[in-house]
Amino acid sequence: MAHHVLEMPVDADQVRALKVGDTVTLQRTLFGIRDATQIHMFDRGRTTRLDLKGHAVIHTAPNVHRVAKSPAAPAGYTPFCIGTTTSMRMERFTRPLMEREGVRLIVGKGGMGPATQEAFRDLGGAYLAIVGGAAALETTWIEEIEDVDMDDLHPESLWKFRIRDFGPLLVGMDAHGGSLFDRVQADVASRRDAVLAGIGASE
Amino acid sequence: MDLNLDEVEKICADLYLRALQLLPPDIKAGFSELQRTETDATGQAILGTMVENIKVAERTRNILCQDTGIPIYNITIGRNVAFDGAGLKEAVRRGAARSTRENSLRSSVVHPITRKNDQNSCGIRVPVIHIDFDDREETVSIEMIPKGSGSENGSFLKMLLPSDGITAVKRFVVDRVIELGGRVCPPTIVGVGIGGTSDLCMHLAKIAATRPLRTMCEDAEGAKIEAELSRAVNELGIGPQGLGGRSTSFAVHVEVAATHITQNPVAVNIQCHSARRARATLTPGGIAFS
Ligand code: SF4
Repeated sequence: MAHHVLEMPVDADQVRALKVGDTVTLQRTLFGIRDATQIHMFDRGRTTRLDLKGHAVIHTAPNVHRVAKSPAAPAGYTPFCIGTTTSMRMERFTRPLMEREGVRLIVGKGGMGPATQEAFRDLGGAYLAIVGGAAALETTWIEEIEDVDMDDLHPESLWKFRIRDFGPLLVGMDAHGGSLFDRVQADVASRRDAVLAGIGASE
Repeated sequence: MDLNLDEVEKICADLYLRALQLLPPDIKAGFSELQRTETDATGQAILGTMVENIKVAERTRNILCQDTGIPIYNITIGRNVAFDGAGLKEAVRRGAARSTRENSLRSSVVHPITRKNDQNSCGIRVPVIHIDFDDREETVSIEMIPKGSGSENGSFLKMLLPSDGITAVKRFVVDRVIELGGRVCPPTIVGVGIGGTSDLCMHLAKIAATRPLRTMCEDAEGAKIEAELSRAVNELGIGPQGLGGRSTSFAVHVEVAATHITQNPVAVNIQCHSARRARATLTPGGIAFS
């Protein structure tokens, strides 16, 4: 199991080199996105001036402080507590996110489903699992909020973060059909009957 | 002792932030115990990240998790305390709103139909306030629980039949834990209510999920089941974040209540690894936070 340091943006070959169980640290740039952002982009046809090609997006709606614009806060925001939300709700947006915007990596918690798995295989993408609920730590990996678009959806805006040593993240789904989530689920299902028998609760 | 409501408002505001920033000692000890017993490398790495997060939150005075939850206040009032009950509830509400405003916390509370957010962590019947009484002299304790939604969404009630027996109760709990997998941010505390009416059963599950670790169900039969289930869920292999390993739960807690001859209710409510909880105890001598 390899560790990869990825300077964003990346190309399809770099992503196809990632295998389930590998770890990844991201550098330079990460975009924040959530339910409303994607509903507006893909259901209501909104476009963004930000270039997501080859980039990673994280499922988040950050806690931020509004401040005066300055070189250290070019978008008028500083990070306060940035955490990750459950990815599965955004399952149907993976393909358009990759096809239309060129996104390569999704960072989230809890894993995603078969539609995402297929999009990863067809287009060269991967899912990087972060530890849910470890937001204080995650926030220390974010140096600055560089830009923000679609901020009328605040906090579900499209955020551009400058990051440093963002990770380690675990490759949960890869471009070769591998899914750690499926693997664990199958393993758990195979243990169920023995566990129930152990407490005298067999069917 | 007269309960000063301005003081209560201030304490309720402080408790909200305190709960969001600092994990109680029993949960930290629970993490150490899981770190000792986890055999899966991924599981170990994830537990390590969670423990580091606790330290970073303390060091940077940040909140542990971005989800500020639904605020719950459990108030227990002892003997010889004079207070204005309606005023007390108002003071709690003002405290939650004040903390949200002064600490720029994300308000996670909306109207259930319009989904409108008043940006003050308050709404109809929220904060949830429970008032109870005990026999301590001139003592009031206020416990604050910001209940995160990822784990709160892991809630179930089933009115089983008496003929299904206790085996169906146990099976129901194990199957719900499997169904939830990594969605509820394991390692968790699995709260189980057994008996009562439907609403009481659900409430028991919440009491169980938010009870400190290393405490036991006061009913001997309930205690036996919580010990069994605590072992069982950690043999499922769900692990931290549902990515595999032993550490699915810190513990399964059970609370029981008498029920009707025709009923066999079971409820599940989950608390996530961000098992946040803060308490203040007021006496004539002053205020102590724990
Ligand atoms: S379930 Fe708990 S740890 Fe996970 S995101 Fe929600 S509040 Fe945070």
